[in-house]
Amino acid sequence: MNAIILTAIWGVLMMLGGAFIKSKATPKYLAIFGLAVIIAANCMQLNSSMPFFDIDVKNMLHFNSFNLMFINVAFGCTLLFFLLSGRDIEKVGENVSEYFALIFFILCGVALISTFNSLLMLFIGIEIVSIPLYILTGSDKRNLKSNEAALKYFLMGAFSTGIMLLGIAFLYGGSATGSFFIDNIIAGNGPMPPMIAAGLVLLLISMSFKVSAAPFHFWTPDVYDGAPTVFTSFMATIVKAAAFFAFVRLFENAFGSMQFQWQKLIVILIAATLLTGNLTAVFQQSVKRMLAYSSIAQAGFMLFSLFALNNLAKEGLILYAAAYSLASIGMFAILIKMKDYTIDGFNGLGKQQPLLAVTATIFLLSLTGIPLTAGFQSKFFMLMAAVQTGHHIWLVIFAVLCAAISAYYYFRVIQAMFFKEAASDEVVLAGDITPAFKILLVITATGIIVLGLFPHFLTNWLYF
Amino acid sequence: MEGLGEARIMEIKWYIGLAVALFCTGIVGVLTRRNSIIIFMCIELMLNAVNLLLVAFSKMHGGASAVVQSNPNVVSDAQIFVFFIMVVAAAEVSVGLAIIVMLYRNTHSVDVNFLNRLKN
Repeated sequence: MNAIILTAIWGVLMMLGGAFIKSKATPKYLAIFGLAVIIAANCMQLNSSMPFFDIDVKNMLHFNSFNLMFINVAFGCTLLFFLLSGRDIEKVGENVSEYFALIFFILCGVALISTFNSLLMLFIGIEIVSIPLYILTGSDKRNLKSNEAALKYFLMGAFSTGIMLLGIAFLYGGSATGSFFIDNIIAGNGPMPPMIAAGLVLLLISMSFKVSAAPFHFWTPDVYDGAPTVFTSFMATIVKAAAFFAFVRLFENAFGSMQFQWQKLIVILIAATLLTGNLTAVFQQSVKRMLAYSSIAQAGFMLFSLFALNNLAKEGLILYAAAYSLASIGMFAILIKMKDYTIDGFNGLGKQQPLLAVTATIFLLSLTGIPLTAGFQSKFFMLMAAVQTGHHIWLVIFAVLCAAISAYYYFRVIQAMFFKEAASDEVVLAGDITPAFKILLVITATGIIVLGLFPHFLTNWLYF
Repeated sequence: MEGLGEARIMEIKWYIGLAVALFCTGIVGVLTRRNSIIIFMCIELMLNAVNLLLVAFSKMHGGASAVVQSNPNVVSDAQIFVFFIMVVAAAEVSVGLAIIVMLYRNTHSVDVNFLNRLKN
């Protein structure tokens, strides 16, 4: 509750404050301060289960250590994103404090969709996340690519919302209790009534749109490529992880008892997502587009938590969200500083900026899933959870093979940084690198390695 | 006035049929039309089909005493949901039209076929 109310209030304050703040740097500090306070407030609720705001939500929202912990992870990653890329948000356009305000509104939606207990809250949360994102995608108003990405994202997002609503309507009509609460939709585990089945499939399709699982991923590369790079970094990591969390929460609580009836669909989704994500990423020349396809490929791994639905999978999802967000935010923060977004643009970075190149290598190794990094542990948790279910072992083997394919395109960037010379003596970086930026990169990389060595630092918090 | 004796109640399947037909019209429109404003109208049509379906279902559940006993708010729940859908659709319109206007300023067209710069 603390997180939802405080993010909304802080978002409104920042939006109104934008009219009075003349300096361009102030909104960033305000946002960092506000977010730190909100994380502290959320931790208080996590530890003492005594929120500041004791509101009777009529069971529409449900707070437990698992979803409060997820909110902490998502907000913590956003804080890191503000610290690393705050100066680049200032460069997108004139209305700096509005951008931060929109991000706070998105965080409010993130907190809603990770705690929802009613389909109404799911719908509202998804929309609160999506609508500000359409604006952020199109925030580079003079750039045609940004315009195009915004329109495409908007049309696809609204379309999938329509599908989701039809699914919700069918669930309401089909459920024997006529309820929107996700744990009363299905009574017992008999065969599904046709209306519930239709609702389930429609919700599956619309949530796959939101998390960009194949075959509903076609909008992702264009939107991620066209949006301003700072905002791509935000929506490819935190927003995507939150959509996944909502996806798993919905299917676990609403349809968990009849999992065997829809598990086949998830298997097809996982196989298609892993295959298309990894194979198309191989052919990309632009690192930004490659990271967009890699986010599809990583979604394939996150879908394993939906396939397994056991405790290990839930731990794995939190760990995956943290590992993937840390590595991607770091990688995007370095990418923003590059002059040229193609892989050749990284040539010679190792000689000119050894520290940036080394941290980028750690991020890429974590995305690949090399041992000692958080990426390895999270992939391990996911696959372990799938093995525990005892069937579809071929899918796990297939996932490992796909991870091997992913090594090719991630290592191409590493190779460009260390083993290729820059074409001329030009500097490959466009932006200036401050010492604070370097320190934060090192902290992020250390965090990835610490999580890779001791994943229980994060997962132990889930059981209280 | 001979029809008054037998009160005719429309069965739920007709409402479902109508709502699904409207929804499918919307989907076909989104997939085939090239004008972004018409695509947008088709999305609104999809949302309104859902509104119709929700209201029909709420009346259906309200007529069944077993459902009303287990959940007294069953009728108002869905109708309140409809209001939320309308409000969110209005918010979506304001953002969506702003995006379309922004695109029109830059390209002087609202045709989605223009949108192929990102394909490389």
